[in-house]
Parts: sequence; C-alpha cells; structure tokens
Amino acid sequence: MENASSHFHEKVRWRALEIVFWLCTLLPFVVTPNYLSLASQIAITALFALSLDLILGYAGIVSLGHAAFFGVGAYAAGLLSKHYVGEPLTGLVAAAVAAGLAGYAMSHIVVRFRHLALIMLTLGLGLLLHEAANSASGLTGGADGLQGIKVGTLFGFKFDMFGRTAYAYSLVVLFSCFLVARRIIHSPFGLALRGIRENATRMPAIGAPSRAHLRKAYTIAAVMAGVAGALLTHTTSTVSLEVLSFGRSADVLVILILGGAGRLYGGIIGAIIYMVARDQFSGINPQYWYFWIGLLLVLVVMFLPNGILGGISALDKKSK
Amino acid sequence: MLSSLAAVLFDGFAYGMLLFLLSVGLSVTLGMMNFVNLAHCSFAAVGGYCTVTLMNSFGWPFLATLPMAFLLAALVSVILERTLYRRLYRSSDLDQCLLTIGIVFISVAAFAWFYTTEQQSARVPEYLRGSVQFMGMSFAVYRVFLVIVGLAITGILVLLLERTRFGAQVRAAVDNQRMARGLGIDVDRAFMFTFALGGGLAGLGGALAIEVIGLDPSFALTYLVYVLIVVAVGGLGSIGGSFAAATVLGISDMAGKYYFPWLGAFLIYLVMVALLMWRPAGLFGKR
Repeated sequence: MENASSHFHEKVRWRALEIVFWLCTLLPFVVTPNYLSLASQIAITALFALSLDLILGYAGIVSLGHAAFFGVGAYAAGLLSKHYVGEPLTGLVAAAVAAGLAGYAMSHIVVRFRHLALIMLTLGLGLLLHEAANSASGLTGGADGLQGIKVGTLFGFKFDMFGRTAYAYSLVVLFSCFLVARRIIHSPFGLALRGIRENATRMPAIGAPSRAHLRKAYTIAAVMAGVAGALLTHTTSTVSLEVLSFGRSADVLVILILGGAGRLYGGIIGAIIYMVARDQFSGINPQYWYFWIGLLLVLVVMFLPNGILGGISALDKKSK
Repeated sequence: MLSSLAAVLFDGFAYGMLLFLLSVGLSVTLGMMNFVNLAHCSFAAVGGYCTVTLMNSFGWPFLATLPMAFLLAALVSVILERTLYRRLYRSSDLDQCLLTIGIVFISVAAFAWFYTTEQQSARVPEYLRGSVQFMGMSFAVYRVFLVIVGLAITGILVLLLERTRFGAQVRAAVDNQRMARGLGIDVDRAFMFTFALGGGLAGLGGALAIEVIGLDPSFALTYLVYVLIVVAVGGLGSIGGSFAAATVLGISDMAGKYYFPWLGAFLIYLVMVALLMWRPAGLFGKR
C-alpha cells in the first residue's frame, strides 16, 4: 500500500515546467493584446482537445464524433441566453448538464463496441445529431445559425471587442477543467482507464468494472466538451451548425494527435500550434490550408507516432 | 403512384450500383488486412479527374476514358500501398485512420489547386443521353448503362473470387490471414493486387459518377461517409454484403430524398446506426 500511494504522490507533484507553462498562458495579455480573441479560441480548442484526450488518450475510445457534445453544449448555452438568462456561468452549468446527459446516454451504446464498428458508430451518431440540428431549424436556426444571443456580463465585466474578458474567462475555465482532468488521470480510476486501454479483456479479470469505468470517463469527457462549446457561444455570441460538424470532430482529433495523445498537455500544445498555424496560413491562401494539415498528419503518423510531446520526451530520454 | 415508385426504385438501384463500385474495393481490402483506408474515395476522385482531363483536354471519347480511369486509379493506389500503407499494417486503427485522412486532405487540396473548386463536367455521348420507354415507363439511358456496368462488374468479381486461384488466395486471406500465410500463400502480393483492383474500381466509379452526382475536390470527403456505411453495414470482405448494402442504401437514399425531403440525410444515418447496433460486424460479416 505504501508503494502504491507514493507512486500517486510522485506523479501528482507539480513540476517546474508545468508552472512555467501556465504562467506563460498569461503572456498574451501583455505581449500580444491584439490577438486576445485568437488566444481565447485556442483556450477553447485546447479544452475540447483535453476532453477528447480523456477518452482517446487514456481510455482508448477512438471517436470520430466528439463534436456532438461540443455542439450540445454550445446550443444549450446559446438557447439559454437567448430565451432565459444571459448570465454566462449559468449557461456554463446548463451546457455541462446537457452535454453530460447526452454523453451518459451515448456512453451506453459506445462502450459495447470496438474497432471499426466503434469508429462508425461515433461517426454516425455525430452525423445524426448534425442532421437533427439542421432539420430542427425552428429551435436551432438551422443552417443560418442561432441568432439573437445576448450574453450578459461576467461579474460585471463585459465581453469587449478586444477579447480581454473572453480570454480571461476561457483561460480560467480551461485551467479549472485541466485541474480536474489532472486529478482524474492520476487517481486509481485513471490508472484503471489506462489498464483498459492496454488490455480490455484482462482488466475485468482482475476485478475492474471495465464498462462502468468507460461510461464514467465518456460522460466526464462529454461534460468538458460541452463546457468548451458553451465557452465558444459566450465568447462569440453566435452558434452555427458548424459546431456539430464532422470537420470539427476531425480537427480536434488532428490537434490531439499532433500534440500527443495520452499526455495531458498534448491537446493544449496541439491546439496552440494548430490554431496559430491556421491563423497564419489562411492569411495567405485559405483554400490550401488542408494540404499542410494533411502533410503534417502523414509526417506525424510516419515519424512521430506519439505526437510532438512524445517526440520531445523520446529525445529527452536519449540524451540522458 | 406505382410508376413513380418504380422510378424511385430504379434510380435508387442505379445509384446503389455506383456506391457498390465505389466501395467494394475498400470492403475486400479491409477484410484482408484490417487496414482502415479512409482515402479510398480519393482514388475515386483520381479516376473522375482522369476522365475529365482526357475528355476535355485531349478529346477522348467517354467510353475510352473509363479504362484509363481504372488504370490510373489502380496505379496511384499501388504506389501509395507500396510506399506508405504497408508500414502501418501492424499499427493501431487510429494511426491508419490518421494517415489516410491526411492523404484525403492532401488530395482535396491538390485537386482544388489543379482543377479549381468548381464542379467538373464531362459530357456523356449522345447515345447515353435521353431515356427509353419500357412498359409505359421511361428510364434514363445513362442509369440503364450504370446498372448494366454494375451488374457486369459484380459478375466478373464473383467469378474472379470464386473460380480462380487468385480468388481462392484472397478468400483464404480474408478468412484467416495467419493460416493463409502458413499455407505458403503470398498474402502481401495477393493484397497488392486486390488493393490495385479495389482502387481501380473506385476510379471507375468516380468516372461514372460525374454525370450523376458530379465531381468537385471535396468528393473524397463527401462520399467517404457513404462508402464507409456500405462497408460497415455490408460486412468486411464480403462482395455479396457490399452489393446488398449498396443497393439498400442507394434505394433508401433516393426514396428519402423523394418522399421525405425534409429529413435530409437523417434517415440514412439512422438506418446505419440501428443496423450497426444490431449487428456490429455488418449484415453479412463473419467477424
């Protein structure tokens, strides 16, 4: 027992590099005040990628439809602030509840399947939701997007056009969710998830309730994705159908793989690189942005199977 | 009412034949190597653009471009298989997905670069246009042509797989790859030929599809979903399964568009999810 608990304590301790990293996230306020709205988009994408990391990187559930929960959260927050209250934190809670319920319902289906059937089912359920939102145009505004969202003030701060409030808000939410995710993966529950990822038949044999664990992880990930969706609604004051699209699911997968799945910081690093690169490249020729993403994907899969962070840690080990 | 039903059935069947051509190669190669090749529709786009280029820039007749579309798509797929895919046969589903999605993105941007993002057109010859009257109903000639080509290719494929030595090797490799290797079958070589054949058929499908569903750079992404549905529902490595799934999908998509236009693609996805939950290995899948 002594050994086991010291293992967890060793892992849970904050390293200097982590503290430096989180201090660096404050830099945009001072260094690049013109890019604060981009910075808040990055924080939102990072949170979305972090939520995918919980199920893909740690629990090993490949999902091509993770945007479903992002979209549910975005629409829940949007509808709430359009019809009832514009206060952002209430919207955040509502989005978390809505996405959590959707995730819990879907988790019962998802944990039963593996391999191609799993990939196809997550893809199919995502597309189904996208089509449903498209058809229910009375509620969601359909292809025109949800119009007339009025986001209220946050503790008296307005969402200004420079994105100062937006970035502070997104960053605080990202950091809180990160703390939760960090706590989860360093807990015995997180260790059990990794066990299931490595060998799905052996874990039940040593007494771990595999499916219950996977359902729990899937629901938690859905809640986080929903929160990310709500952040997008609050910081941009619109919800378009794009939040549920296959493109968004594919993008977040690319981001996570690029940064390194199963590494906690993978999604965040991936989001920073991807979003900054997209911002720069689309200035030149937006049409060909996907060429570079495709090339990057091929190169990462061929030469950096564990993403950028995996590559760095391998180099680090070699030099020691 | 009855004649409109027959028309929908026929159009759906012709559309199903297209989907079958586009997806049969993926089904067989997935069954053999368990390689998730999401770039399969990029091969179809290669075939389509081959036909467009040969017809519009070199003045070839439509029918003559079809074999070229097949050959070029087969060539491209073999080159990719030799250089990239074969390194990942032992990797996880996820790595394979990502590599091939990367190839799709590259191909979409490359086609946009060379051919712009506009819809391409290839005028089919006079004798394939118009419609014929049969039992008081009119059928579009091009769709009749599609059905004939689809059925002919299905027949050839079935003969090839059931009656030849190569077909026996492929079936053995689909059923049990390790056992087939143990018996001295060169699975890698058989796989290469199957992959080329599948890529070529997709290319042919892409060329034939221009007249019916059009061709633009995002073809590889748009039809990927349909192809995956056919493969997942039909079951891996099963020609009969792909044929049945493609036909059902084609007819239900056509019927959905005709009778419930407000539902959009909702119906298709619902059918797919329900079928997969009922039988995760597909309707005709063995595993």
